[in-house]
Order: sequence, then C-alpha cells, then structure tokens
Amino acid sequence: MSAVLEMSGVTRVYPGTPPVPALRGIDLRVETGELVSVVGPSGSGKSTLLHIMGTLDRPTAGRVEVGGFDVSRMSDRQLSALRSQRIGFVFQQFHLLDAETALDNVADGLLYTGRPAAERRLMAADTLERVGLGHRMRQHANKLSGGERQRVAVARAVVGRPALVLADEPTGNLDSKTSEAIVDLLEELHTEGITLVVITHNPEIAARFPRQVALRDGMVEADSARAGVTA
Amino acid sequence: MSGNGLKPSRMHLADVWRTAGVGLRTRKLRAALSALGITIGIASIVAVLGLSESSKSDLLTQLDRLGTNLLVVQAGQGIGLGNAELPDTASAMVSRIGPVDEVSAVGSVNANVYRTDLVPASQSGGISVKAVETDLLESLGGTVAAGRFLDDTATEYPAVVLGSVAAERLGVTGLEDRPLVWLGGRWFPVVGILNPVDLSPDLDRAAIVTEAVAEEYLGYDGVASTLYVRTDPEWVDAVMDVLPPTVNPENPDQVQVSRPTDAIEAKAAAESAFTNLFLGLGAVALLVGGVGIANVMVISVLERRSEIGLRRALGATRRHVAVQFLLEALILAAVGGIGGVLLGTGVTAAYARIRGWGLLIPGLAVWGGLAAALLIGTIAGLYPALRAARLSPTEALRTT
Repeated sequence: MSAVLEMSGVTRVYPGTPPVPALRGIDLRVETGELVSVVGPSGSGKSTLLHIMGTLDRPTAGRVEVGGFDVSRMSDRQLSALRSQRIGFVFQQFHLLDAETALDNVADGLLYTGRPAAERRLMAADTLERVGLGHRMRQHANKLSGGERQRVAVARAVVGRPALVLADEPTGNLDSKTSEAIVDLLEELHTEGITLVVITHNPEIAARFPRQVALRDGMVEADSARAGVTA
Repeated sequence: MSGNGLKPSRMHLADVWRTAGVGLRTRKLRAALSALGITIGIASIVAVLGLSESSKSDLLTQLDRLGTNLLVVQAGQGIGLGNAELPDTASAMVSRIGPVDEVSAVGSVNANVYRTDLVPASQSGGISVKAVETDLLESLGGTVAAGRFLDDTATEYPAVVLGSVAAERLGVTGLEDRPLVWLGGRWFPVVGILNPVDLSPDLDRAAIVTEAVAEEYLGYDGVASTLYVRTDPEWVDAVMDVLPPTVNPENPDQVQVSRPTDAIEAKAAAESAFTNLFLGLGAVALLVGGVGIANVMVISVLERRSEIGLRRALGATRRHVAVQFLLEALILAAVGGIGGVLLGTGVTAAYARIRGWGLLIPGLAVWGGLAAALLIGTIAGLYPALRAARLSPTEALRTT
C-alpha cells in the first residue's frame, strides 16, 4: 500500500505570549483507501491537524507529505494546485453558495482545475446521482434541507476523485438521523475506494470507522492501526 | 512543480466572470445602490459637458448666422463730450473705406410714442424713436415677426415698425387690426413687428421710422448717432482701426467702435467658466461614488470570509481571489458608468429639446466618463481585493 498522507514530527505553535502549541509532534500515516476517524475533546488540536493535512496551514516544524508531495517545499500557488486536484474538503457549516444550484455547487469543486464547464457539470451530475440527490440537482442550495446540503458538500468534495478527502465534523450541524445517513454515505464512498479522514468529537461515529486516531493536547493518544487492530 | 502531473490551478475566463458576479447577484439592492453613486457622478459630468457643448454650438451657429463682420460706430460719450453726435459726413466717409460693404445709419429722434393720444406724456414706456435707412434690417441680420420692414414707398406715407419689446409694451400683438400708435403728436400705422435683434438689442425697445419720414414729420436733423458697418470679414480689424479717424478726423477719440458679436463670444466664454465649476462638482460626486464602492467591497470581503476560505480550499490561488473581488468592483463601476452616460445623455437631450438646441454629446464625455468610472472602480476595488487575497485560508474558514 502507498501512503496518501504522511506526517512526521509535526508541530504547530500559534504565536502569542505565551506561544500556544496546538500540535506537539504528530506522526501519522494514512494509506490509500483508508477510512480514518480523528477523535478528541475540543482543544485537542483536531481542526489544526485537519488544516495541516489539507495544506490550508503549514506546520511550525515537521514533515508533511500529501499524495507524494512534500508540502514544506511548495509555494502557495503550488499548494492551491494540490488542493484543487488532490484534496477534497467537507465542512461542518457545509459552505455552499446559496445563490447557486446543487449542481453548480458540486461543479464548483472542479472550478479551479481548468476543466471545461460542460465536463464539470457532467461529472457533478454523476456525483450527485451517486450521493442520492439526482432529483434535487436544479434546486438552489438554500432550498435544501441540512442533510441534503451536507450531501451536496460531500459530492463537491469527491467530484474530482481526490486522493484524500478531509471532513471536519461533517455531522456537527445535523440531527442524529441525518448524521447516520451521512456516515452511511461516507462509508459507502470508502468502499468505492475513496480515502477519507473524518474529524469528529462523537465517539459513536468514530467507533463505526475501521481506524480511529485519538488526539489529546496536540498529541496522538491512541491509534488503532498502531495498536495492531487493522482495518 | 514536483512533477507527478500536478497542473497549476487555473480558471476559464467565463468562470472568472461568473464568480465575479456572485456577490452582485446575491446582493442586488446593495450593488444597485453602490453603482448609483458612480451613475450620478458620470451622469453629471456627461450632462455638464453635453449641455455646455450643445449651448456653445448654438451660440456658434448664432454667430455664424449673424456674421462677425458687423461693426457699430457710435459717438463717444463721456465728460466734456456733451450729447455727442457723429459728423454729418460720417456715413458717406465710411462708405468710401475699401473693405466696407454696407453702411446703415441710425439716428435718434426726439419724440415719444404712445398707445393712444390719451396716455399722459410722461408715460413714454422707455421706448425710443429711431430714424433708419431701409437697408438696416438686412445689415443687422434681423427678421420681422409680422408685416414687413420699412421701404422707400413708406417715405411718402408715415409708417412705423416696432421692435419686439416696444410692440409688447404698446399692446400691439398683430397687424390684423391695422393698429395705430400715437408718435410725435400724430397717428402712425404700424406696418411691421420685428423679432428680437441679437446684434442690436436697443432696436428691440424702439419705434422705427425712415429718415425721410423723421425729417418730414418729427423734426429729425438728419445726423446719425450710430452707424452699422458690414465689412469684408478678412479686414474687420483693419477697418476697426481706421473707422474713428474716418468718421471724425478732428477728434478720432470721440468715436466708439464696437463689435456686437464680442458680447456673444463673451457669453460663450462665461458659460465655459460655469462648465468647469460643474465639472468639478461632477468629479467630486464621482469620487464619493468610488468611496461608496470601496466601502461596499470592504464589507463584502468581511461578510464573505467563509466563501473566500472555501474557494481557497477548492484550490483558488490568492490571485484568483483578488481578481474575483477586483472584477466585482469593476463590474459595479462599469454598470454605474454606463447608467451614468445614459442618464447624462437623457438629461442633455431633454434640456436641449426644451431650449431648442441641437443635441451634441462630446465623445470625450462618453469615453472619458466610462474610463473614469473604470479607473475609480479599480482604485476602489484594489484594497478590498488585496485584503481578501491576503486572508489566510484557515482564518477565512474560522467562523465565530
């Protein structure tokens, strides 16, 4: 198996007096095709970890490789290119453009890849079918329910078949029944071969995934893979 | 780039435009109001330039029609000169100057004109009586509103033509009733009413008779007080110089020579001065409009932080974000500018129609106005756009 994400000795210290260390020496390796949950109480550094995995933020020290690219040696423009083609994001607040249709929101996942518009919409339509929203394609985002909005956001994250999909509390704004459906969807995508890292503070959800990484105070407290419990 | 088939982030041009329009489509009222500032500024500039250009072209056609080769010779007035008159020989002498085409003499008649013989003598209404030659109207480029001007047949029979203001004051509105006026102690039939004479407004307030009639019935001494001189247009300045010594060889300084079209030119110049003032006000309005756009853009960047963060996560570069916001400001300014040009043209067209001018919008006002709008848009959009681009993705995504 090849690693899609490799972190070694990653620290992130926020400047201030005194400086706040959010991550203190993270070593983590995610293989292609894995479904990983990252759990931990608030303040444990989950979001910082996700931002660094997604190249939205750079580590203070340590090495991060995403899809075989050494992040520390890449310029801001190169990181943008990496995100546009290799990484998909799902956010707790969905971050959809309300004025656009579900289809256009998903197609926007490919906006910065330079693909022609027709191709983007075709891929978006396919992906929306896959997440079970084929019938809601022409609906404007603000007319959709919370669960539907998160499905659109998931579709946007996977439409470009990225090497790595990062989800930050994807069920944080949803009721338990809709949360269940979203988790089902993520598991389904995993079986189709998509590599997923899901951040959650909900232990029940985390427990459903093959591998759990527990964070505490900016350090990996437990990793089920390292403990020998393989997926 | 480290190979492995990673292509730089890039956008199609159509998508660049579409994303720049997102903010405008979702906040239409705000967009319209901020564009309105630019609209008002550009409209006022276009209207000011259009109006001044239209009015100036109107004055110029007036000048063209009247001709700038008319000179007026009058006896100088001043201390010690008394009620100066031109010498008897003046008219004859002037007509001997080479480039002079026509000379027409006008004299003041010491008489008053009244509506009827019952009006008290003191209420003369400020109307003077002038003795003229029959070619005067032609020399001045004047026209009659009704009836005809005096001709030589009228010499035998006393008849009078009224200037536009004089006719109004005497209550003569038309010639259908064969109106009479009480002039110098006898009834005169009115045979014509003049339109306003642009080159000699004092004729508007005059009752006009021929020299012969004035001498016969009104005790006119035949000495002209004013000469209207048409010259070869090439020689106007030279003629102006020789006129005083020709008219009065002994005392050339007692002769005043003027060119009536100078007054119209001065009017045109005065209007230009006002144009600059209003243009300045328009520029201030434009500036305020630009500040409005900058303001709206700054707010927009603050409100749309999460959209900026999302776009960065989707792979937008800093440049993509900057271009999106800059273009949004430019679209606002361009819409405002086009609206301003249309509004300014409309206002100019309406006003020109009311005043009976030809419509003339200088191309400079249109293109300059649009260019100014775009320039303002760029300046107004630059700071917010750079601010949006500088925002770090994590900071933009942090929602509190």
